[in-house]
Parts: sequence; C-alpha cells; structure tokens
Amino acid sequence: MAKATREAFGETLVELANEGVDVVAVEADLSKSTTTSKLGDAFPDRLFNVGIAEQNMTDVAAGLAIAGKVAFTGSFAVFGTGRAYDQVRNTVCYSGLNVKLAPTHSGITVGPDGGSHQMIEDIALMRVLPGMRVLVPADYHSAKAAIRAAALTPGPFYVRLGRVGVEDVYSEGCEFEVGKANVLREGTDVTIAACGVEVVEALAAADLLAADGISAEVIDVATVKPLDVDTLVASVTKTGRIVTCEEHSVLGGMGSAVSEVLSEACPVPTRRIGVADVFGTSGEPAELMQHFGLTAPNIVAAARELLG
Amino acid sequence: MTEAVFDAGQVRARARQMRRDIVEMIAEAGSGHPGGSLSATDIVATLYFGDIMRHDPSMPDWPERDRFVLSKGHAGPVLYAALAEAGYFGRDHLATLRKLGSMLQGHPDSRKCPGVEVSTGSLGQGLSIASGLAAGLRGNPDDDRTVYCLLGDGELQEGQVWEAAMFAAHEALENLVAIVDDNGLQIDGACTEVMCLGHIAEKFKAFGWRTIETDGHDVDALHAALLEAKSRTGAPTVIVAHTVKGKGVSFMENNAGWHGKAPSADERERALAELAEGAA
Repeated sequence: MAKATREAFGETLVELANEGVDVVAVEADLSKSTTTSKLGDAFPDRLFNVGIAEQNMTDVAAGLAIAGKVAFTGSFAVFGTGRAYDQVRNTVCYSGLNVKLAPTHSGITVGPDGGSHQMIEDIALMRVLPGMRVLVPADYHSAKAAIRAAALTPGPFYVRLGRVGVEDVYSEGCEFEVGKANVLREGTDVTIAACGVEVVEALAAADLLAADGISAEVIDVATVKPLDVDTLVASVTKTGRIVTCEEHSVLGGMGSAVSEVLSEACPVPTRRIGVADVFGTSGEPAELMQHFGLTAPNIVAAARELLG
Repeated sequence: MTEAVFDAGQVRARARQMRRDIVEMIAEAGSGHPGGSLSATDIVATLYFGDIMRHDPSMPDWPERDRFVLSKGHAGPVLYAALAEAGYFGRDHLATLRKLGSMLQGHPDSRKCPGVEVSTGSLGQGLSIASGLAAGLRGNPDDDRTVYCLLGDGELQEGQVWEAAMFAAHEALENLVAIVDDNGLQIDGACTEVMCLGHIAEKFKAFGWRTIETDGHDVDALHAALLEAKSRTGAPTVIVAHTVKGKGVSFMENNAGWHGKAPSADERERALAELAEGAA
C-alpha cells in the first residue's frame, strides 16, 4: 500500500483524542492537504484554523501548550519551519514547550508546485535548535507511530511528513522509538543510512548491490535528532564506509549530522546523497527524484565509488 | 495572594518601590531597558497589587491563577520588580539581573524564573501566545481565569500582532485582555516618525475588539479599566494605556535615548532621589 506519510497525521490525532490525550492542532488554511481536517471533523473544538498566518499558528500552539494541551501545528514544511522560524526558536524551543510541528509537503516530492514550496532545508533548521527532536518517518505506518511518540513525549518535536505515497517499509502497529535508528537489512560491505522517502530507495539499492555480490547494510535513521550514534558506529565499524541519503539539501541535514558524529567517533569514507545546494523545481515527484539524483541507482553508484 | 481590596495608595507605594528597583537593578547590571520598564510600572503594579490578577507567589503553577504574558520582553525589569515585590523570589536576586547564572535573564526566561509564564524578548509574539493560552483555558463557561498580555506600542509594528488580533476576535476570546503601553517612543525615535501606528484603539476596534483608553499612570483609572476589561462581552479587550517613557525619572521621561541604556552611578543617585518616599 502506498500511502503518504501526511495521511497518518489527522488520523493519528483523532486516535489520540479518542484515547483521552488532550491533543489539539493549529492549522494555517491547509487542513485538507495536511489532513488535520480529520481532527476538526471529529472534534471541532480541537482544531484551530488561524488562516494564512503561520507565525500566529506556531505561537497559538505555544499558548495552548502552556495551557496544558498537546499542541500540534500543521501547514507545509516550508512555512511551518521557515516562515515561523523565530516563533519555533524563541518561543517553542526557548521555553521548552509541548509543541509538535508536523507540517507536511516536505522535500522535492511536493512536485509541480516547484521550488518555492519544496522545503529541503527544514531538517537543518530544526536540528540546530536546542531541545528540538527531529523525526523523519519512512512510511505511513512509521509516521503514525512517530506522531504518537511525539504526542506522548513531553517537549518540542519536528515530525517531517511528505505529500506523495510511499511503499510500506513497516507494518501496521509498528513502534517508533525516539532516538533509535533501525537496521532494516544487515550487511558487511557498505552502510546505507537513509531517512524519509529515501529508505525505500536505499532498500532497492541494497537489492541491486546484492545482485552483484555486494552486501549492504541499510539503516533507517528515523530520528535525526537525537542521533543514534551507537548503531551508526557499530555499522561502519563493520562495513568501513557509508552512504547517506535524504530528500533534503546535502547541507545541514541527516547526512551532515551523521558526518559530524562519525568524523569524531569513527571516521570512514562517506558519500552524501541529497539535493546539491540548489532550490527545487517543478516536475512530477518521480522525475524530480531522478533529476536530483535521489534514486536507487544513484545510491548504488555512490556505494560503488566507495568500494573502489 | 491577591490584595483583598483595591487600595490606590498601596498600589502607588508598590509602584514607587518597583521604580526604585528598576533603576537599581539596571544600574547594577550596567545594561538594560529602563524607559519601557518605567512606562509600564503602574500598569504592572495595578495588575499584581490592585486586586486584578488572581495569583499566589507561593504557588507559581497554581492552576487557578490568571496569566500574564510580557510581550514586550525587554521590559523584564518591571516584571522582575513586581515578582520580587509579590514574593515570588527574594529581593536579593534583583542585583543579579543580566549576570551569569542569574534567573533574571536579559529578557524573561520561563525556564529559569518563577512567575514568568513564557519566555519573551522577540517582539510581536506575546499576543499570539496569550491568545493560545486564552483558547486553552476557556472551555468551562464558569471559568473566570483571564489572560493579560502587555505589549509596547512600537511592538505593534510587528505584523504577527495583527494575525493574533484577527484570531482572538474570530475565536471570541473574551478572557483575553491586551494592554498597550502607549509611550510613543521606540529605539530610533518617535513611533510617529519611525513607522506611524495610526490610531491604535481604532485599529483594534476594526479587528473586532472591545477598546478602552486610559491614563497609564493613574492607578484609579487603570484599576477601573482593568475591572471593566474583566467583564465578559464575547470579544477580547484591549486597553490602550497612554504612558510616558521613563516615567518617574525626570531626565529619562519622553527620551528615546533611555530605551536601552543603564544609568551611571550619578544618574542612579539622582533617579533614586526623585523616587524616594515623600519626594514630589
């Protein structure tokens, strides 16, 4: 089943509300796209639509959190993290509030809307904020679990959600352990660390490499912050090389985070797959994945380069 | 606890002490914002000591308390002075303002200082936070908790304030009271010259707010305005309090240069003399 991670958003909020969690959402005129409308349909008092006003959205969520609510924000990633950055920094994180940012439409798979709407700097922006946890779920099931984990863990969270359908990596009812990277496939020759929509590509790349007798270990870095350093170090200690892949700028994202820690803890030859310091552009998601070099064959090529 | 009965003389005495504390703590710190702290002193004193806000210094997290959001966070000293005066923490903390390890940060930090509801300092955000708080606290029609938010007039230049103004009216947040410390000055000069705000009360009125204008230094008038604002009418209320920047210290009054400057030792003494008990 190829559901989008954003489809997990509204559904999970409704489930949490039904379970008695005091969850609310603040939206900025995109409730249908982000699916927060589902919470409003089921619980009209729990969805606040502030109109096209992302700064207000974020600080209203902050106020609701101070009043004791588990407050989620919606909108698109480019606005929810970029337009409202000062609000996220100076109010949500500086006060350490129980606000969960889960804007959708991250990355270039937004597609035809083009570069203005394709947020590829959000992981970088969010992970440098003290106290912010950054979750990048790979599929719908993982997204449901990530939203649930964010709701039930006190403090600020960023949950990165996407617009397009992605193949299942996990199964229904899976758990999301904040701070844990998941080894999805064990291997000995090269580590492929991926997050978000790139996890499916990484698994496909491992299949292609296996056909050539190369054993790739695939790790889902579903939590970019706090990073699971132990799992990464254990893997590269074994394989001696790593390819990171993310639907994000190569600057400041998961690949950067992994490189930062491995360069100190266990330096190994590294290749980073991501968008190469340019803005996005209009196109269909699949075309853009190829255009920006984010597909399984690109990962295979990077791995081969490392293997010499 | 809240003062049992409104006593204007008592509020004025508290305000005088708060002004002395503001001058002393900023002088000791060697930096800070005296002008906007002194303009807001009578407002904050009336809120905390004028039988308006329900609060208990021994229980800063008391669920039944009213809430105060200092949107103009650079006026932290006026809040610190009120909190110390009320007994949230010992007066000895005032001398630590802006120093390493102090709970009295340059701008209020809710994770360090008891009685501070939320960290502020980046202007334009407080009214949104207060609106979210007001939305989160209502629910039970018998709930009379009120959220107060103090803004600067220059701060109203931030567009987010008007996003919040729309939201609060749309959501009919009748438990929300915004107070504008309308002292007419900002860092670069007169608000009318830097970026004219037009008629503040009329602007809020156009957004659907109940508006009250008052003298921001007359504690009787402030008390009456705040009492009126407490009554629920289905709309949020804004009190535009006309104030004098640097109020109470003659050489600081109406002088934008005192927005963010600490008094010298000599200036400190002159200011304290003016603020002494029994001085004119």
